[in-house]
Amino acid sequence: MAILLIAEMREGEVRHATFPAVTAAKQLAELLGTEFDILLLGKGAQAGAERLKDLGAANVLWSEAEAVAEYTAEAHAQAAADLVNEKGYTAVLAAATTTGKDLMPRLAGLLDAGMVSDAIGFEKGDEGIVYLRPMYAGNAIARVVIDTPIHCLTVRETAFDAATPGAGSAAVAEAPVNVDAGGLKAKFVEYQLTKSERPELTEAKVVVSAGRGVKDAEGVKLIEQLADALGAALGASRAVVDEGLLPNDLQVGQTGKIVAPDLYIACGISGAIQHVAGMKDAKVIVAINKDEEAPIFEVADYGLVDDLFKAVPKLIEKVQAARAS
Amino acid sequence: MKIMVPVRRVPNPDVKVRLKKDGTGIETEGVNFLVNPFDEYAIEEAVRITEKSGGEVFLVSIGGPENEETLRAGLALGAHRAYLVDLGGECYESSGIADILAAVFKQENPDLVILGKQSVDTDNNQAAQMLAAKLGLAQACFAYKVELQDGKAVVQREIDGGLEVKEVELPAVITADLRLNQPRYASLPAIMKAKKKEVKKVTPADLGAEPKNRARVLGLSEPPPRKAGQKVASVDELVDKLVNEAKVL
Ligand SMILES: Cc1cc2nc3c(=O)[nH]c(=O)nc-3n(C[C@H](O)[C@H](O)[C@H](O)COP(=O)(O)OP(=O)(O)OC[C@H]3O[C@@H](n4cnc5c(N)ncnc54)[C@H](O)[C@@H]3O)c2cc1C
Ligand SMILES: Cc1cc2nc3c(=O)[nH]c(=O)nc-3n(C[C@H](O)[C@H](O)[C@H](O)COP(=O)(O)OP(=O)(O)OC[C@H]3O[C@@H](n4cnc5c(N)ncnc54)[C@H](O)[C@@H]3O)c2cc1C
Repeated sequence: MAILLIAEMREGEVRHATFPAVTAAKQLAELLGTEFDILLLGKGAQAGAERLKDLGAANVLWSEAEAVAEYTAEAHAQAAADLVNEKGYTAVLAAATTTGKDLMPRLAGLLDAGMVSDAIGFEKGDEGIVYLRPMYAGNAIARVVIDTPIHCLTVRETAFDAATPGAGSAAVAEAPVNVDAGGLKAKFVEYQLTKSERPELTEAKVVVSAGRGVKDAEGVKLIEQLADALGAALGASRAVVDEGLLPNDLQVGQTGKIVAPDLYIACGISGAIQHVAGMKDAKVIVAINKDEEAPIFEVADYGLVDDLFKAVPKLIEKVQAARAS
Repeated sequence: MKIMVPVRRVPNPDVKVRLKKDGTGIETEGVNFLVNPFDEYAIEEAVRITEKSGGEVFLVSIGGPENEETLRAGLALGAHRAYLVDLGGECYESSGIADILAAVFKQENPDLVILGKQSVDTDNNQAAQMLAAKLGLAQACFAYKVELQDGKAVVQREIDGGLEVKEVELPAVITADLRLNQPRYASLPAIMKAKKKEVKKVTPADLGAEPKNRARVLGLSEPPPRKAGQKVASVDELVDKLVNEAKVL
């Protein structure tokens, strides 16, 4: 039996996290010896489906029906549950974004299915597929099996490469959606998004993060300059978010964003368990902290014990010089 | 307004867990357990609502007798009474927890359920959404701000890239994110008062619940360690290493 990937759209665009999730779907389908379909719901889904048709899926199903035109967990989970029941999918996946985390457990509830959150890999075991997922702020990897006929899971986007086009052509069709828009107990009102010219935190090759050590808005500006010199995304520790110096969705950590860039530069961050959980899979970690005992140095590949207000301006200068030459 | 707040007992999140050698779980000896931090935000929000417009907050904790300590800590934050659902040594993952919470909901018929967005030990982030699905209720997860109006809640939710505003009909299920409020510290008089508040001890059978585990943890293992790093003496050395050794610049 085939499996289903629920892709993600926002404001008419397919979100990037969908592409690593497609790779996860492909891997899981291969392990199960089956195919995968993609479901795309929301305004612009018909055009979006065209973008997804050469990623290796057998079918790409889309709907722009009124009830699902804007995302609500209520409508999207109901539409997906109906489709899963009709087609007999044995597994349903989505990226572990804030949307996937909102949607998938509700879908599991509707399907009476077991669920694994934040899967980072799959194995074949004696009892079927074994899902690997981090627990305890990444300090343990759990091997989990699901005991229901349908499996639900979210997958961590940093654990899978983004799928690239060129893998055959899927059949694209409109999905039947019979959710009654009037009967829903929830209504989408609006987005209040923070606009930024910088790369998205979870997609960037380089991330520069500010911790409490940056002190104030002036300090944040300095870290922003470093990020811009490197073409990097900006991240933050919770301390900085709590103080209102940077928006919440830039928080890196166990309860914020999980990032795995090629280079992560932590400036004035102590390295609390919850922060490290969000960045320890970066390829190269640099820490700049004036306290040589700071736990961040335990995970840093390169540690510089220095006052960031001295080191970061120098670093910006060096990077700009290197870029210019 | 009557508000239900499920609270989970978790190992102190600021202490790195140690795994049992056989991978069946974590070492619990010498570990102190606390109220799941996200649940403190949920309690605070619920208590503020009742302080403003009346009503009561009841807590539910599912586990063993030791969860009474968790509940007393929650009651000291202003909740009025509590349920302790004793599993008699059994253990359930999120979907089984949601089965039990749904049974409590049906007994009490609260106007609102507020949970933490995730349990900081398992990081599942599932119980609330599953509960909402089982009860056919609307959900508003990762709340940043909750505004109650006539028969509905308008919730600003933390999402990737900013906020989303959603309207849900009551009763509804809401989960608390970290900017929802600033939980109070329990004062000594509040802690004393909490000792006298009602903690009703029940079993899943008493509630008419038939919880099921739909997923199972086979075992835990340590993640691969990062290789030891090095200290650099200057910005020049750092840039040199990033360019020539790590080749990331
Ligand atoms: C439920 C829960 C969830 C959490 N989730 C997250 C999460 O997802 N992400 C997260 O980040 N945190 C999270 N936290 C918070 C976490 O425990 C820490 O409190 C937080 O990460 C600390 O941020 P920080 O390192 O910026 O600040 P601090 O720990 O205060 O560290 C500041 C560092 O800056 C250094 N410094 C100061 N001045 C300078 C200078 N001039 N130059 C160089 N260095 C300097 C200091 O030496 C210090 O090491 C969570 C906590 C809880 C309870
Ligand atoms: C095989 C296995 C063994 C386990 N062994 C143990 C064990 O020995 N000891 C142990 O304590 N746990 C154990 N657990 C985990 C336990 O079952 C969790 O309570 C369960 O996974 C639900 O929490 P969660 O992290 O999934 O909730 P999440 O979905 O992340 O939590 C969201 C919210 O749900 C509410 N919530 C979650 N759990 C409870 C609860 N128990 N009571 C009230 N409200 C709750 C809270 O408001 C919480 O903020 C085990 C799980 C499995 C699968």
